[in-house]
Amino acid sequence: MIAVEHLTKCYGDFMAVDDLSFEIDEGHVYGFLGPNGAGKSTTMNIMTGCLSAMNGCIKIDGYDIFEETDKAKKLIGYLPEQPPLYMTETPVEYLRFVGEAKGLHGAELNEQIGEVIRQTKIESVKNRRISALSKGYKQRVGIAQALLGNPKIIILDEPTVGLDPIQIIEIRALIKELGQTHTVIFSSHILSEVQTICDRILIIAKGKLIAFDEPENLEKRLLAPNEISITTDAAAEEIKRMLAGISHITDISAEEKENGFVEAHLKTDHDDIYEISRAVFLAFSGSGKALFEMALKKANLEDVFIELTESNDAAGKTTERKVAHK
Amino acid sequence: MIAVLKHELRMYFHSLTAYVFGAFLLAFVGIGSMLYNIQAAVSNFEYVLSFGSLVFVVIVPILTMRVIAEERKQKTDQLLYSLPITTTQVIVGKYLALLIVYLIPLCLICLYPLIFSQFGDVYLLTSYGSILAFFIMGAALIALGVFISSLTDNQGFAAGIGIAVILLNYYSVSLSEYISSTAFGSVAAICVIIVALGAVIRHLTKNDTLAYGTGFVLFAVIMVTYWTDATKFEGLLPNIMTKLSLFERFSSFVNGVFDMTAIVYYITVAAFFLFLSVQSLEKRRYN
Repeated sequence: MIAVEHLTKCYGDFMAVDDLSFEIDEGHVYGFLGPNGAGKSTTMNIMTGCLSAMNGCIKIDGYDIFEETDKAKKLIGYLPEQPPLYMTETPVEYLRFVGEAKGLHGAELNEQIGEVIRQTKIESVKNRRISALSKGYKQRVGIAQALLGNPKIIILDEPTVGLDPIQIIEIRALIKELGQTHTVIFSSHILSEVQTICDRILIIAKGKLIAFDEPENLEKRLLAPNEISITTDAAAEEIKRMLAGISHITDISAEEKENGFVEAHLKTDHDDIYEISRAVFLAFSGSGKALFEMALKKANLEDVFIELTESNDAAGKTTERKVAHK
Repeated sequence: MIAVLKHELRMYFHSLTAYVFGAFLLAFVGIGSMLYNIQAAVSNFEYVLSFGSLVFVVIVPILTMRVIAEERKQKTDQLLYSLPITTTQVIVGKYLALLIVYLIPLCLICLYPLIFSQFGDVYLLTSYGSILAFFIMGAALIALGVFISSLTDNQGFAAGIGIAVILLNYYSVSLSEYISSTAFGSVAAICVIIVALGAVIRHLTKNDTLAYGTGFVLFAVIMVTYWTDATKFEGLLPNIMTKLSLFERFSSFVNGVFDMTAIVYYITVAAFFLFLSVQSLEKRRYN
């Protein structure tokens, strides 16, 4: 659907996108994840034809965005980071302009405007001036604009930034809904958001792709240093003595709480965390000490993200993972 | 293109811009015809237009200041870039919308000679010839305004520069009389222009070789010509300043001559600045 090959873009001396390559298939929701200044917006701007690239090529359904610009652009609906709205117009007037510019007219145009207004739920404000709308509604008008012309691909640049929690939930639901009929790519720096909506995640940092996988796989990848937290009335020394027999526990750190209990964190290198927790439980059950709480801590996407974006050998991992994905 | 045109027109009539522009133009031409045609009882409507052309200094920048600068500021230019329309279509659509806004008060002005002809002999041919020339000259100035607006994201700045440039153009003939007409003076001025041109090229392309290369080649050409035949440069600068003046050429229409070279000049100026505007928008993709 979208093939990005060796994309490179500099702003002066600053390398915004550095030899970025990836492929996007039809009919999924893709999350574009990265810290601020990672090159997310730049990449999206290039993919939608708003910016040129210094090197590389982008094919949208076979059409080169730099060569067959019109055909490629017709396949894409784009919502930039700041919704490009004309403040003096009403949503209906604005959508009419965008629709006409996308080559729609007559009954088809009216029909599609009605359809996107219904989809983005802006019926109640459609005849108000855009400048008077709340940020959430402005964002929806921006999304409505991207949906006009029924493009196969919808690209949304940080669509939930600056919205209140309810609006965020609504926009996320909308993105999920769109994902059923379109290929959706959206960028974010909020991990939980990407985790809940996306089928695939691309993580970029410093202009390079450092991971491209399903959310579950990304988590799995970093599950190795698993951790078990326990709360008990045994002293730190006792805990260490009791658990000394379990071979896969690599590290124990204990800390006394105010209420007299001890909270201990056990690190393990065993693949199956449940096996270790069973051993811990059995060790306690015969000792006469109580186990008040036992929690298994899995690495979440947050850890993966921090680990990946901070790791120095990012380039090496990139190639390895791309191969793995294909 | 049609979509951009319709959209721009709607924007002009939603905001005050179109009305302010029309009101200024009509008020100024109205005052002119009151002074010349009514009080002084002159039957030549073209004098009014000659007087009225000064109003362009103010109204063209007012009309054109936001045309691209505002798109950049509101980031709506990203929408234009991502839509399946070319930059040329965007600029031409915007320009045609401006021309329509300009034509509406001009249509009203077209009635004036007819009204005056009810009360005496009016030279309708020169009147309407001048109105046509007035329209085309305004069209050239509007293209200049569009280009200036495409250089910045600040409306006020675009308006200020626009007023300065048009005012300079308006007075360039009077100014040219004070400028040295010796060959050396012209060469010195040309050298300054070349340095400025080099700086602009360097700023726009960020390519030192190109900027210095162009500068040196132009310097060499000027120097060689100067040493071989210095007389070529005598009076060159005032001459150029007179030739560049859009307003000076309008005076021949007022004197009853329909000057085709002036029409061609106006159209060329308009096309040139529209071309530069397209390049200026296109360039933003490559920064």
